[in-house]
Amino acid sequence: MWEKIILFFPELLLAVTASQLLLFGVSPKAGRATVVRYIGIAVLLIFAFSGFLLGMPSGTAFSGALVVDSYSHFVKLVIGLAAAASLIFSRPYMEAENLNKHEFTVLLLYAVLGMSIMASANNLLSVYIGVEMQALALYVMAAFNRDSLRASEAGLKYFVLGALSSGLLLYGLSMIYGFSGSLDFNRIADVVEDGASPGMIVGMVFLLCGLGFKISAAPFHMWTPDVYEGAPTPVTGFFAGAPKFAAMCLIARVVVGPFGGIEDQWQQVIIVFAVLSMFVGAIGALAQTNIKRLMAYSSIANMGYALVALAAGGQAGVNGMLIFMSIYVITVVGVFACILQMRIRNGMVEEIKDLAGLSKSNKGLAILMSLFMFSIMGIPPLLGFFGKVYAFWPAVEAGLVWLVVLGLIASVIGAFYYLRIIKSMWFDDVAHEFVEAPQSLRWTTIVCGLFILPLLLLPFTAIPSQGFIAQAAASLF
Amino acid sequence: MFENVAILSIITFFPLIVALTLMIISWSSKTQEAKDQIAANSPYVALIVSSVIFILSLMLVFAFDPTTAEFQFVESRAWLGGGIEYRMGVDGISVLFVLLTTFLTPLCILASRTSIKERMLEYMVAFLILETLMIGVFCSLDLILFYLFFEAVLIPMYIIIGVWGGKNRVYASYKFFLYTLLGSVLMLAAIIWLYSFSGQQLGAPTTDMRVLMRELEIPLGAQTWLWLAFFASFAVKMPMWPVHTWLPDAHVEAPTAGSVILAGILLKLGGYGLLRFSLPLFPNATMAFAPLVFTLSVIAIIYTSLVAYRQNDMKKLIAYSSVAHMGFVTMGIFALNVQGIQGGIFQMLSHGLISGALFFCVGVIYDRMHTREIAFYGGLVKQMPIYAVFLLFFTMANVGLPGTSGFVGEILTMIGAYQVNPWVAAGAALGMILSAMYALHLYREVVFGEVTNEKLNDIQDMTRTEILILTPLVIFTLVLGVYPSLVTDITAVSVEALIADIQAAAGPAALGGQ
Repeated sequence: MWEKIILFFPELLLAVTASQLLLFGVSPKAGRATVVRYIGIAVLLIFAFSGFLLGMPSGTAFSGALVVDSYSHFVKLVIGLAAAASLIFSRPYMEAENLNKHEFTVLLLYAVLGMSIMASANNLLSVYIGVEMQALALYVMAAFNRDSLRASEAGLKYFVLGALSSGLLLYGLSMIYGFSGSLDFNRIADVVEDGASPGMIVGMVFLLCGLGFKISAAPFHMWTPDVYEGAPTPVTGFFAGAPKFAAMCLIARVVVGPFGGIEDQWQQVIIVFAVLSMFVGAIGALAQTNIKRLMAYSSIANMGYALVALAAGGQAGVNGMLIFMSIYVITVVGVFACILQMRIRNGMVEEIKDLAGLSKSNKGLAILMSLFMFSIMGIPPLLGFFGKVYAFWPAVEAGLVWLVVLGLIASVIGAFYYLRIIKSMWFDDVAHEFVEAPQSLRWTTIVCGLFILPLLLLPFTAIPSQGFIAQAAASLF
Repeated sequence: MFENVAILSIITFFPLIVALTLMIISWSSKTQEAKDQIAANSPYVALIVSSVIFILSLMLVFAFDPTTAEFQFVESRAWLGGGIEYRMGVDGISVLFVLLTTFLTPLCILASRTSIKERMLEYMVAFLILETLMIGVFCSLDLILFYLFFEAVLIPMYIIIGVWGGKNRVYASYKFFLYTLLGSVLMLAAIIWLYSFSGQQLGAPTTDMRVLMRELEIPLGAQTWLWLAFFASFAVKMPMWPVHTWLPDAHVEAPTAGSVILAGILLKLGGYGLLRFSLPLFPNATMAFAPLVFTLSVIAIIYTSLVAYRQNDMKKLIAYSSVAHMGFVTMGIFALNVQGIQGGIFQMLSHGLISGALFFCVGVIYDRMHTREIAFYGGLVKQMPIYAVFLLFFTMANVGLPGTSGFVGEILTMIGAYQVNPWVAAGAALGMILSAMYALHLYREVVFGEVTNEKLNDIQDMTRTEILILTPLVIFTLVLGVYPSLVTDITAVSVEALIADIQAAAGPAALGGQ
């Protein structure tokens, strides 16, 4: 009994606290929203480290619907930390924009609950429940600023396209169920091993398309720029990190688990996603002037790089994907903590040209932002470079050199728009003086900046953290 | 002398640590006056630090044992795991480049102290970081570590060109960055391939250069691709014709010290990379592509010399002449014999001194008149006799006058090339004549003739600092020109070992004509 509860303790923790906080927050007393936020942060941190706290349990719960292994522990660690960071850096914005409501925290916790189920999904139904649960919470969060036309538009757009993707996903799931006769991943894997029928493959393609929407892989990326631009900035910061990571890890679990036997089939789909995403992301961003839209295209491109690793298949591929995605999440949290500091007296600004002359008016922020940009560009010695090396290495190993070369060329095209941001900050004259940012934002940026720069590069951190990720990847096989 | 000291790491990272310390001190100081004070003093700090580094690297060269081709002062530490480790070491080929870097940096800092007007602290920090990265390139013995330094150079250089550059600086900085990035990502793909391949062939993947050079046997077909990928990167950095077009723009827009570093050291990264990686790792492909490189080199020498003659901008003229001189380097290296490779290394070192000095010379009059237009000047010899002497000396060294280091490099590379293909040497000789044409043209227009421009009437001659900067360069150029064994003795054993490796890998018969 107790052993079983331990297995789904992280989900239980989130579900119970989120529901309780919803009740606690409705009280008309002032300041409840802030209390809720702090409790939320604490819960997310416990959630993130739950694997360590509970002694890395492993096994399956709910008759095999949820699986707990090193992989799910690692995914929950990253998601929990990213979500906690989002709660931390959203506070100043939400207070300034008069949006400091407890529902924000609650919705975020529910979204994380969905992602947590995705991380542990071992059954077609839990895939669907997890994906839908996080998606529904995210739709509302996109439209959280309900008085803003743009935010409502973003929420609606996200919802309509998200519903479409859920349809695809569900259709794929039902096909797979129909052709395998089971919802359970292990059973499906057995059926696939014996030879996949065309119907099964069609189902798998639909499933991948549905999940492709969630990671905004091209050609299912159209919602991303609009939603990123319209949603409140901290929400965008959250969108770009944790949900992407969760969906990408779910894709990895699905392709190497139930469909591990037909690698040559799904590899093609992943390669198409990867190539399209890298180039759509790189070329689409060239003409953007809004930094949030630009980050949307950047995230599309980065999903492409992660898919390159995944396309290699095997343990090395998953390992490369995990390393790349973790580094991506750190960078994105840092970038958005920087973007949230772009505040002038009259409110937020989000054009690239508003950053002009930042190196003169706020040198610290400019240096950190430049570090993030160089990192996401993949320039050594920053962490993003190592992300790319570890993402591309398995692909080379698997003989996909051409794909890696395409990826590298796309990253050179992409370098141009990141350089534009750096150019704005360093070479142009001062456009605005930003108001001084609150401590919490500054520290989030600095911590992420430290991670990007030297912390994870020192041998005594690099080797153990790689070992941890390698163990997570190995537990899928 | 340095048995138990990680001397290479100290030389490499000391400037970086000082740079970070300067930044942190500036941040933590509360008042604006304190910040200004730190900025005003930063050039002195940077100067002292880089001079100490120079002395250390001078001691390094003295402690270096030129009788062995093994890597010396080797350090090896765990880093990322999986065969990627922190490995440093120098041999006869690289040790002098370290010295060149540490020699030019203090001069650049000295020159920038007066010519840079704003954001002094950031400038010095960028320069110190740049010094760390450049030394790191020459010291690293691990492919990933090498690539890390090699590519990271882009960051401070992009900032230096973009922030302290001339009018068209944004365009130039983009062009510099994207051009070199495109070249080097292909090399990254090749490095990842090598890493993966070494795992298949040697049992465990590694990026250790020493292991890869000795033990890895790459099939011919793959060598071709890998060679091309590495070449793409180094050719852009060198730069070789036809991918040289970023260089004139970058040079023209960069501040004086930036140009000096660019011409003096960054261009050498390409030639050094060819020697360190392309030749030993892909010997068969190197032979197969040698005719291509010869062709490109000769075109570069002749074509860019002609282009240089038609320039109106002094810096552009010197930039094109750099491309031509780098043509001698590639020609020498790919002659694959002792004279050729020795000459290539010598030419790189000598060009580092001479072109650096020429950019300093341009900087001297640019600081006074704020234009580099050749037509603007004339008759400078009347107002600036000392300057005229210095410029004459370096112009002649650039042409390759016997007695200066330029002569030794060119003659050695030509001897090397002559043994392989006399026509190539003949083409290069034609280039030497052309170089005399454009260099003397520049000198005549700027220094001789009547003072046509009234603004030049009160131009001041060189200050003591400027003389102090150029004098060491004169001395080194002369010493190396008269006594080239100083360099060739240090490089000889390593170069012979390199050639022996290539011959062993490809079979002696393949080196036709020897």
